[in-house]
Amino acid sequence: MPGFDFSNYNRNAALHARGVPLPKATSTGTTIVGCIYDGGVVIAADTRATSGPIVADKNCEKLHYIAPNIWCAGAGTAADTEFTTALISSQLELHSLSTGRKPRVVTCMTMLKQHLFRYQGYVGAYLVVAGVDPTGTHLFTVHAHGSTDKLPYVTMGSGSLAAMSVFETQWRAQLTRDDAVKLCADAIEAGIWNDLGSGSNVDVAVITPEKTTLMRNYIRPNERTQKLGSYAFPKGTTAVLNEKIIRKEEIGKYVSVLELTEESDDKMEVDT
Amino acid sequence: MAAMFSQNPLMNGPNYSFNDSPRTSAPEGAREHRFDPYTDNGGSTLAIAGADFTIMAGDTRLTSGYSINSRHHPKLFKIGGTTADQKDATIVLSVVGFAADGEALKERLDAICKMYRYRHGKPMSVKACAQRLSTILYQKRFFPYYAYAILGGLDEEGKGAVYSYDPVGSYEREQCRAGGAAASLIMPFLDNQVNFKNQYIPNSGEGHALQERERRPLSRNEVEVLVKDAFDGAVERHIEVGDGLQMMVITKDGIEEILMPLKRD
Repeated sequence: MPGFDFSNYNRNAALHARGVPLPKATSTGTTIVGCIYDGGVVIAADTRATSGPIVADKNCEKLHYIAPNIWCAGAGTAADTEFTTALISSQLELHSLSTGRKPRVVTCMTMLKQHLFRYQGYVGAYLVVAGVDPTGTHLFTVHAHGSTDKLPYVTMGSGSLAAMSVFETQWRAQLTRDDAVKLCADAIEAGIWNDLGSGSNVDVAVITPEKTTLMRNYIRPNERTQKLGSYAFPKGTTAVLNEKIIRKEEIGKYVSVLELTEESDDKMEVDT
Repeated sequence: MAAMFSQNPLMNGPNYSFNDSPRTSAPEGAREHRFDPYTDNGGSTLAIAGADFTIMAGDTRLTSGYSINSRHHPKLFKIGGTTADQKDATIVLSVVGFAADGEALKERLDAICKMYRYRHGKPMSVKACAQRLSTILYQKRFFPYYAYAILGGLDEEGKGAVYSYDPVGSYEREQCRAGGAAASLIMPFLDNQVNFKNQYIPNSGEGHALQERERRPLSRNEVEVLVKDAFDGAVERHIEVGDGLQMMVITKDGIEEILMPLKRD
């Protein structure tokens, strides 16, 4: 079972009492949504992670894998959403193996809420759980304190009000797959533009009885604008204290090498 | 010891949970009735002085918390013209912090400059205006205007002049200054690109004994490029900066205003 290490608790409490603030966690001040349609369920998320007013990650993944047919969108403390979904995913896989049945969404939701309730809200994971199992299509929200909801369309995170305003004006029964994807993407975009905690791109996942389709960066409305000046410095602008040349062929001795293709997504911004 | 977790200056203070932060004053059980007259409305400003011009800039987003109150709320104001449209103004004030205080400060300084013009039959110099602004701020030493002001114009010799202030009136004439939410992101960029800090002439010495790159006055175009890039960079990494960029270029021929879009997420 999960085991948190509390051995630093007393030390930290003593430091805290002397005025040392607690370290700040990266929060995914987020917009996440989900919507059921005839034939499946769609979940979507923005891709901004913040630390206070600073953008920590411009293109993070908030859609988490639980099982092939169950996915989770996470808001709240980034580490908590990441670890909680990974933990439940693992337990659900073992459960599925021992019962010899496909995992169910209610099972997943129940395990999540029991885990979160045990930690009294201190595990700050706010989740949208969606999936298709032998009993049908399901969509839930789970709050950090352990309460859950079951609804045809849901929103969570700091952009939940902006996103819900889209659902409340545009949602109707009997949506098609494309309608549902468009509706969810629009709801996330409302969060991206109107909520400062949300931004960058839209990630979408569609779950049907047959398969799950993850559409990473389904919409990218916030490409970085081109820099106007050149900020390349001539070599020697700062002191060169010593020099050692390592050729590309030998680099494998020092670090592990991964070749990136030209159109690879997660390229770093580097001045040329 | 308090410096333990403060690698990032923006994360200082009890930022995890205010309920958990240690009690510093007030005896057990006693609770003061609080009056919170200030809001931080975010945004950022920037000013650079050139040889014969000054460029002032600011984004036009107005925020409170995670909400955008306005996408077009200017932070730059022309000061001391003869009429309300400020057509013949020669000084620009930028304010960032609490928008209402910024506006009030602008109104006061403008009224004073107009009175000066009426009494003396000539516009106020930037130097005089800068000193007066400091006095206005210090008069409210114990209930300050929560505003970080920057004043820009041309001095008596026609050179670009930038004066920057803290909320209670401490001021200084500088070559360039960034203010507001993204000041800590923009200022190091300016130090490097305007004053060439940390730049040395390659091969000018052994080890650390290098010759510093010599400063040279930047052209108007170079400064405009720096301003745009500074704000595009700030928009990428600060949630309170965005929507629009307002620029004012002050030259002997007057004040030119430029508006351009920034990212809106």
